[in-house]
Amino acid sequence: MGSYIARRILQSLLILLGISFLTFVLLYLIPADPARQIAGRSATVQTVENIREQLGLNLPFYQQYFRYLTGLVQGDLGRSYLQKTEVGELIVSRLPATLLLMLGAIVSELIIGLSMGLLAALKRNTAVDNGLMVLSFVGVSSPQFVIGILLLYVFAVQLGWFPIGGYGTFMHMVLPSLTLGFLGAGWYSRMMRSSMIDVLRQDFIRTARAKGLKRWQVLFGHAMPNAMLPIIAMIGIDIGLFMSGIVVVESVFGWPGIGQLAWQAIQRVDIPIIMGVTLVSAFAIVLGNFVADLIAPLIDPRIKLR
Amino acid sequence: MKKAFLAGAAALLTATALTSVVTPALADDIKQGGSMIVTYKDDVSTLDPAIGYDWQNWSMIKSLFDGLMDYEPGTTNLMKDLAEDYTISDDGTVFTFKLREGVKFHNGREMTAEDVKYSLDRVTNPKTQSPGAGFFGSIKGFDEVAAGEAEGLSGVTVVDPYTVKIELSRPDATFLHVMAINFSSIVPKETVEEFGADFGKHPVGTGAFSLEDWTLGQHLIFKRNEDYWRAGVPKLDQITFEVGQEPIVALLRLQRGEADIPGDGIPPAKFLEVTQDDQYKDLIIEGGQLHTGYVTMNVKMPPFDKVEVRKAVNMAINKDRIIRIINGRAVAANQPLPPSMPGYDNNYEGYPFDPEAAKALLAEAGLPDGFETEIYVYNTDPNPRITQAIQADLAAIGIKAEIKALAQANVIAAGGEPDQAPMIWSGGMAWIADFPDPSNFYGPILGCSGAVKGGWNWSWYCNEELDAMATEADSITDPAKKAEREEMWRKIFISVMDDAAWAPVFHEQRYTMRSERLGGPDAIFVDPVHIPVNYDYVWAKDVQ
Repeated sequence: MGSYIARRILQSLLILLGISFLTFVLLYLIPADPARQIAGRSATVQTVENIREQLGLNLPFYQQYFRYLTGLVQGDLGRSYLQKTEVGELIVSRLPATLLLMLGAIVSELIIGLSMGLLAALKRNTAVDNGLMVLSFVGVSSPQFVIGILLLYVFAVQLGWFPIGGYGTFMHMVLPSLTLGFLGAGWYSRMMRSSMIDVLRQDFIRTARAKGLKRWQVLFGHAMPNAMLPIIAMIGIDIGLFMSGIVVVESVFGWPGIGQLAWQAIQRVDIPIIMGVTLVSAFAIVLGNFVADLIAPLIDPRIKLR
Repeated sequence: MKKAFLAGAAALLTATALTSVVTPALADDIKQGGSMIVTYKDDVSTLDPAIGYDWQNWSMIKSLFDGLMDYEPGTTNLMKDLAEDYTISDDGTVFTFKLREGVKFHNGREMTAEDVKYSLDRVTNPKTQSPGAGFFGSIKGFDEVAAGEAEGLSGVTVVDPYTVKIELSRPDATFLHVMAINFSSIVPKETVEEFGADFGKHPVGTGAFSLEDWTLGQHLIFKRNEDYWRAGVPKLDQITFEVGQEPIVALLRLQRGEADIPGDGIPPAKFLEVTQDDQYKDLIIEGGQLHTGYVTMNVKMPPFDKVEVRKAVNMAINKDRIIRIINGRAVAANQPLPPSMPGYDNNYEGYPFDPEAAKALLAEAGLPDGFETEIYVYNTDPNPRITQAIQADLAAIGIKAEIKALAQANVIAAGGEPDQAPMIWSGGMAWIADFPDPSNFYGPILGCSGAVKGGWNWSWYCNEELDAMATEADSITDPAKKAEREEMWRKIFISVMDDAAWAPVFHEQRYTMRSERLGGPDAIFVDPVHIPVNYDYVWAKDVQ
């Protein structure tokens, strides 16, 4: 177990190093000149040169990358070209909002996904089952900006039940959480349905029924915990899905998280921020997978880590 | 009909420019108090006046800081700000400013002539990385500071605590404008040194508002400066800037009473819907801006070296149709200067839209069958659509132009090379004046000094005679000779049109909206200098 963890940490670090290198190369290759961008249109050639030198942009590629890595090891993600602020500070200030949104998304995908899957399994091969599975298909395949704008339009603009975007109260959280969780909900309802159908066929369920337990007792006491096993293991992997989703969802709802930060930085080619957000997201995904792998044997003792 | 509308719009614009001066009597009657919410899409980048250079922080910085000069609200007329008075030497090279006494920074310390010197030294110091450093090129000692050979500008001297003398290396008629630009704002040395590179997040000035709170990615709160030296200003007690809001969402919130001003303006997608709704008729404000959109033709690349060809392009472009493509949010241009700029020639009619005459000109230039060329364009809407219209117009006279839609940086880079971009549509990149003076529309984009590698004179038009005339005009610093100077500039720009270095297409109009509860002259909501809104003079109806 100990050696497994050590190996995984080493692997994770290598993955992160690889990602940092690839991102750095890509951002180095895009034809934007940060020095000129900072200098503005009225700058003299001299000013542009000064800025290039101060930022180390005149150095060869490998030196620039090495400088970045040296900073990174010391926890320094650099300074935003356009926002003139420490990238670390920008990310930390926005992280709580993103984590809150992800929590909301996990809660909503579990509630919606599990109840849809359960209902479909119990009513399998009926119109209800078919209807729910079509809905889950829609959930899995719809782009999030469409769902987000649709929810925003119907429930906030037309019905006025929720605020039109923003951040602060529980009501602000509902629509973005649903939008971000909708994809997972569709996915989970399918998993829950098939896993529930499997479990309900098993002997121990028949035994539980035979010994006189009520239908709901069997369902929630015996069937659900077993059917949920594969789903819990999935949540860690969801982090990756969320990381791509937040860029869209946060922009649509004006949610002040790192997705919005990334989107603004991409539009303005603010390279240090793009770099920082990419690394932090990669770190979250690697961590999510790692944790998911670690808890898998706790849930299902048949899984061994080697 | 279209012509009548445009003429009407132009007349309206001139009228607003003339009547928009806030009369002090009226301004005094308005009670202070209340608050407003302004929304923006992007995070505020920085509030350091030496660095900030975008549409969003421009006016915020003007509310937090003061310079020696400013403009009357809603106009392009210079007025004294922190300078109580000034004198200009007869040869136009020495400006002596007498400062107001008793003006305090938000940190409580009095502002003195030392601060003026410090602020000018700081903005020109290469370590500050100010995008505006180049504006101060006429101050004596600038070259040494820019090269890193001197720490301070030798031309700026503190005479006494309330007097500062600025010597120039050449007469510069635009110098008072330079003293009004954000980059010349007066900053307190001790606070700048305390926060270093983070001064932009902890701005301290002498302005009408002070920064109360800045929650990154969410909002900024400006509080009224109780000690502001200008009596009765600002009107509001508090302004909240909420960031991260898409323009469409901002508009919906305004319609529901949750926000007061959409800082990014009315989004194009909602433009017709909102402007045609009677409910919002009185809340929508239109204003001119110091902008011209144009097509450059590189005079170093044949066949654009022939003036007939450049004239033909001018006559081929159907400007009215292009303005329709952008929902009428512009007025047609016939010369480089925008209509509200001093020096604009009201009597000049420009090149008419006349494809037949254009074809004749091409034939005259020895190209009866036209030619093939390229037009570069910044790849964000509506620029590619505008270029498609230009492409079709050119095709009608036989010019086959291939569209090169690229990222902004790439178009700018191509324009800065002598042999790369035969034509460029300037939309989204150039040109909006930094200050309301015609010289700002010449040097960098039409003068010889801009026709260099990495420059912004994408036509590579260099007329030494006009350059000499421009230098002469800019050395007329006597305010009594203002009309004479304007006349010279008028001649320069009409000569540029005789050479047809550009095909000017339109001047963009700005449209914004305010909530019902805000008061103030329309002109301050589309202020030509305090862009986008002059926050200091907005007042709240609910406290009157």
